[in-house]
Amino acid sequence: MNEVSTPPPRAGGSEDRRSALSVSPHPNPPPQSGGGRRRLLLLAPLGAAAAAGAGFYAMLRGLGTGSYDPRGVPSALIGKPPPDFALPPLDGAERPPLSAADLRAPGRPVLVNFFASWCVPCVIEHPQLMRLSREGVPLLGIAYKDKPEDSLGFLRRHGNPFAKLGVDQPGRVAIDWGLYGVPETYLIDKAGIIRWRWAGPITEDTMSAELQPLLRRYA
Amino acid sequence: MIPELGHFALILALALSLVQAAVGLFGAQRAEARLMAAAPPLATGVLLATLAAFACLAWSYVVNDTTVANVVQNSHSAKPLLYKLSGTWGNHEGSMLLWVLILALCGGAVAAFGSNLPSALQSRVLAVLGLIAAAFLGFILATSNPFERMWPPPMDGQGLNPILQDPGLAFHPPLLYLGYVGFAVTYAFAVAALIEGRVDAAWGRWVRPWALAAWSFLTLGIALGSWWAYYELGWGGYWFWDPVENASLLPWLAGTALLHSAIVVEKREALKTWTVFLALLAFGMSLLGTFLVRSGVLTSVHAFANDPARGVVILCLLAVFIGGGFLLFAWRAASMVPAGVFVPLSREGALVLNNLLLCSIAAVVLVGTLYPMFADLLLSEKISVGPPFFNTATLPLAAPLIGAMAVGPMLPWKRARLAPALLRLWWVALAALAAFLLCLALEGWRLGPALGFAAALWLMAGAAADIAERLALFSRPRAAWGRAKGLPRAAWGAALGHAGLGVTVLGLAGMGLATDRLAALKPGEAVTLSSYEFRLESVRDVQGPNWTARRATLAVTRGGRPVTVLEPDRRSFPVARMTTTEAAIHTTWLSDLYVVLGEERDGAAILRLHHNPLAPWIWLGAAVMALGGGLSLSDRRTRVAAPAARLAAKAARA
Repeated sequence: MNEVSTPPPRAGGSEDRRSALSVSPHPNPPPQSGGGRRRLLLLAPLGAAAAAGAGFYAMLRGLGTGSYDPRGVPSALIGKPPPDFALPPLDGAERPPLSAADLRAPGRPVLVNFFASWCVPCVIEHPQLMRLSREGVPLLGIAYKDKPEDSLGFLRRHGNPFAKLGVDQPGRVAIDWGLYGVPETYLIDKAGIIRWRWAGPITEDTMSAELQPLLRRYA
Repeated sequence: MIPELGHFALILALALSLVQAAVGLFGAQRAEARLMAAAPPLATGVLLATLAAFACLAWSYVVNDTTVANVVQNSHSAKPLLYKLSGTWGNHEGSMLLWVLILALCGGAVAAFGSNLPSALQSRVLAVLGLIAAAFLGFILATSNPFERMWPPPMDGQGLNPILQDPGLAFHPPLLYLGYVGFAVTYAFAVAALIEGRVDAAWGRWVRPWALAAWSFLTLGIALGSWWAYYELGWGGYWFWDPVENASLLPWLAGTALLHSAIVVEKREALKTWTVFLALLAFGMSLLGTFLVRSGVLTSVHAFANDPARGVVILCLLAVFIGGGFLLFAWRAASMVPAGVFVPLSREGALVLNNLLLCSIAAVVLVGTLYPMFADLLLSEKISVGPPFFNTATLPLAAPLIGAMAVGPMLPWKRARLAPALLRLWWVALAALAAFLLCLALEGWRLGPALGFAAALWLMAGAAADIAERLALFSRPRAAWGRAKGLPRAAWGAALGHAGLGVTVLGLAGMGLATDRLAALKPGEAVTLSSYEFRLESVRDVQGPNWTARRATLAVTRGGRPVTVLEPDRRSFPVARMTTTEAAIHTTWLSDLYVVLGEERDGAAILRLHHNPLAPWIWLGAAVMALGGGLSLSDRRTRVAAPAARLAAKAARA
């Protein structure tokens, strides 16, 4: 008498064949013939675990080098023009207000950056924005869910890299853009099409690995 | 001084657990009685040392010792005492320490109550537990030392994430860990059995209570987490198929299969390979969850501070324990010969079906959870697998499972016929059909909820039918009371567990009928939602211990009669610069009225109103399931783990 109890598949795979095997166990299997297949089935969990382990290792390696990033959220807007909007200016910043018209065929690639004074990563990314602005990249800012006086204080303290500034205090425009959080940056090419979205602060690495090549490509 | 003592205690625990592993494995292999006898006291020593370390960390939190980096990052002097304490395990380092403490507790329990086990089995189990403890203690000491000092000390800590400051969440992690770590014990038993190459009824009798205890705690832990998500996150949902939720569901599914499978080993000495595999799987899934949450390979609301370097270490631990376990399994499991006949249509056959279905559900959940990560890795494609996939893929598997849950207990062991079992369930089927039709009549053509109510009735009445059958309630009603007193508690526990799932399904079906609406109200205005009228009275500022809030007051009436007053909050935590919503919930036996306060604009408050029929039953059902587990645990047969005479005979033969 032999029991035919087979380990189930760990991650899908040839589920049907194995289930069929175990659902209808033969009460009297010949002692030897099933041996090889049974041994193979007993090895299956090890194989599945090893494959998953190799994948996890690759993910961890990728996390280190930046090739795997679970936070890199894609945007539905990539390849499309930005949604229509018009925002009031930031009083006291002496910059013109921002609206969708400014992004329609701007003639050269521009960056749209959502920021807020209450956001700590925004402070981290600010020096990079200042550098971009010094290099002549047009930066358009949207102050997200922030009191105008706080935004103004933030820009006075850390410098103002933005050529135009809109205030999105209720966060409505951010919803249309599908904002994931602040800071978040969009690259719009000279024809007015969104090409790139970066959720999170722009660091030195982001600049050299992603942004600079993109700016060159769409220039 | 105290943190250094804690650090030292951790190192001591590591040394002791290494010795425990070595002595246990070596002693059992060489059959050296004196070495084997050393394993239990060593396990007690590990427990004491880990307890001391944990107490030191808790003390640092309670006195808000700002020279300890971990306290600075996760605590604040303005926090209530309960959250200072729960802050101990509300972060990566502290939660790892709690994890090891619970593991040491399990080891201590095996040492204290395992004297009736064959000594070779006991020392091998203790050795494996010692190995796991040593690995995790080494991990804590090398990469996440909770006692790291910080100099100069800052004025105060940075505060605990405000969403975690909640009584439900204070106890959610310890319960979950009790579940996860409980499966470490069944894992240790499985590995010991594989080394010995023998699984017998006594083994099954020892594994089942541990599986049962771990399963009960895990059930409670998951339910508490789901309940917390329901009332704290303010989305009005109870389960989001979030990767981290799935990570806790996977060991639960494997554990559910395990505790049923262990019954077959105990009663029939069959399904040995299955049971050993499930024991390895349950702990493997627990470790996988640990890896997913702490390594940073996925994003989730639950994810701890991520560090790929830490992830590599956890992955190595996974490779050792899961890989090692499955390697042993591939090598030794073939030698496990079942005793007795095996016929598909029997109680044990039904339990094989149960294992298959539960494992298929686990496979679906696992694939859905890991697929986006692997698609990103291999295909560079960003996709997210959401509730639609999980619902459509698990329901066809859950339906036959629920169907079989009432039939299975009616089947006798060894050899059964389906017709008599089904005949005895005729009134259960009638009850389910009545629930189905009643729901359709009252709520219109809503097939999902109607089927849910039918499933709930089928499970609850099925459990009642099981008990009635055992008591011979219908055939010999006079003797029923006498038989009820004699019926083992395990039978009551099993019925209660099945009925508990029925109660949960009832809640889920009710939630299928939930309604909600979004309204912008100025004070004095009102809206109606499913015959309740919500009138906004006022919105005002409130000051809490470490937060300030806007609080809305709503008077709820139904047909002119007052029902309740609801006061949802939107709290701001200045230290953490975060806002949380505190939903106001009015719970009755029949439904929840649930209100969340959103932003305010132009003098109007945005309010989200939910009417959730039968919602409380979802979590009540989980409590009933856990109660069933506890009742089954208190059975005399599981407490007296195995008859001494039989064990002595086994030991003599070995």
